[in-house]
Amino acid sequence: MANVPEGLYYSKDHEWLKVEGDAGTVGITDHAQSSLGDVVYVELPKAGETFAAHDTFGSVESVKAVSELFLPVACVVVEVNDSLTDEPEKVNTDPYGDGWMLKVRLSGRGEVDSLLSAAEYEDYLKTNVEQ
Amino acid sequence: MSAITLKQTPLNAAHRRLGGRMVEFGGWDMPVQYPAGTVEEHMRTRTRAGLFDVSHMGEIEVRGRDAIAFVNRLCSNDASKLVDGQAQYSALTTEQGTVVDDLLVYRFGAEHLLLVVNASTTDKDWDWLNSHGSDESVELKNRSSDLCQIALQGPNALGILQTLTGTPLEEIKYYHFREGRVDDVDSIISRTGYTGEDGFEVYAAPEYAERLWEKMLDAGSYGTPEGVQPCGLAARNTLRLEAGMALYGHEITEETTLLEANLGWITKLAKSDFTGRDALARQKEEGVGRKLVGFEVTERGIARDGQDIYVEGTRVGHVTSGSPAPYLKKNIGMAYVPVELANVGQQIQVDVRGRMVGALIVPVPFYKRNK
Repeated sequence: MANVPEGLYYSKDHEWLKVEGDAGTVGITDHAQSSLGDVVYVELPKAGETFAAHDTFGSVESVKAVSELFLPVACVVVEVNDSLTDEPEKVNTDPYGDGWMLKVRLSGRGEVDSLLSAAEYEDYLKTNVEQ
Repeated sequence: MSAITLKQTPLNAAHRRLGGRMVEFGGWDMPVQYPAGTVEEHMRTRTRAGLFDVSHMGEIEVRGRDAIAFVNRLCSNDASKLVDGQAQYSALTTEQGTVVDDLLVYRFGAEHLLLVVNASTTDKDWDWLNSHGSDESVELKNRSSDLCQIALQGPNALGILQTLTGTPLEEIKYYHFREGRVDDVDSIISRTGYTGEDGFEVYAAPEYAERLWEKMLDAGSYGTPEGVQPCGLAARNTLRLEAGMALYGHEITEETTLLEANLGWITKLAKSDFTGRDALARQKEEGVGRKLVGFEVTERGIARDGQDIYVEGTRVGHVTSGSPAPYLKKNIGMAYVPVELANVGQQIQVDVRGRMVGALIVPVPFYKRNK
C-alpha cells in the first residue's frame, strides 16, 4: 500500500504539492515512484521558468520506462532539486522528502482547490490503480 | 487488465507470490520485475545468479528422415554441422534475406531437431514452417505447451544447478545440452542463455515448472544478499543489451537483413541453398547500405527504442534498443546507421524527445564476461 501523507495536495498524474502561502513544493508520489521502479534519471526545468497547470515540466526515467512530469498548478519555478542529477534514487527512497523536485511560487490559489486531498487520492488509487 | 485473455506460463502464480509486477508481453502475462528491482536483478545475475521464467518461448519439434535438410533449407546457419547434443543460433529467413525469427536449433539425433523460437513469433513461425514445406519427409509438432523453460544464469549458476542433478554440468560445453534429471524431473539441460553470462536453460514438462523453480530458488539461497535472484523481463532486456545480443522486433525484423544486423556469422552462404541465400550473397558482394552499431551516450540523457539518430543535422538512422546499462553504469543502445558512418569513434546525436544528446559509436558487445 502506497504511502499518502496527510496535508499535501495530490494530482491524478501522481504528483504531490505542498502549499505554504504562495510557496509550493512539488514531487512525485510514493505510488508513482514504486510503479516506475529504480529511478535512474530526472530531467527538470530551470529556475525562473513559468508553467501553466498541467504543463509538462520534465521527465523521470527508470531502467525500463520514461514518465513525463506534469505540474498540478500554474507557477513560476523558484528552485530546482539539483541533487537529483547525481542521486536520482532519492526519488525512490524519500519521494516526499529529499526526493522533492521543484520549489515554486503559485500563480494563483484557485487550482489548488481542484486537487485531491490525501483521502481522495487514496480513494483514487484504490478505485483506479490498485485493483 | 485488458479485455484480451493473456496467456500464462505454469509459473504465473509463483511470480505473483514473489511480488512480481505483471505486464503484457507478446500476448503473455509476464513479470517485468520483482520487488528487488531491475538494477538489483541485473547486478545479481552478473555477480551471482539470476533465475528467469522463459516458458513463454516456443518449441517446435522437427522429426523425420529429412529433418536436417528441411531446417537447413529454411534457416541461415548450417544445421548439418550440428552433432547430437549440440545447439546452434540460427535464423528463419525470407527470400530477401530478412528475418522471420531468430532461434536455437537443438539436435537430439539425425532425425530429431527442436527449434526454440520467440514467444511473440511462435504462431508466425509455425505457419511459416508449415507453408514452406517441400517434398521432404518431416513431421512438425508444436510442443510449446508441453515444455516449461527456466534459465539459471550467472557465475554461480553451475554450482547451484549441480546440487540438483547428477549430470556432470562441467562436461556440457557452451551451446551443448544433455537430457538428464533435475530434482528427479526429466529435463533438457542446455548450456545456453541470453545474458552474456555462463548458465543453463532447463526444459521440462510444465507440471514440474513450480517444483524446479522453487528448488532452484532454495538451492541458490534465495532471500540472502548473495543468493539467486528471480529476474523479470526488464533485467532480461538490459542483460542481453549489454551483451550485444539482438532482440527480435528490435535489431532484427522482416525489414532488416542478417548482414545489416552483423549476423554474417550465422549466414552460411557456402552451404546448400536456403531461403534468402541469393539476396544475401548479392548483398554481401555489393556491400550493405546500413549497419547495426552500438553506441554509448556521452551527454546527460537516455536513448530509447525508436528515437532518431542524427549526424551533422541530418537524420541518418534510428535506435533499435536504448537503455541504461546497470552493470556498466552507462546509457547505451544499438542503432542502424549508413555503413559509411558505422565506425567505432563516430560521433552521433540521438533525438531524445526533442533534445539532441551526443553519443559515440563503440564496439559491441558492450560487456564481455571474464572467462
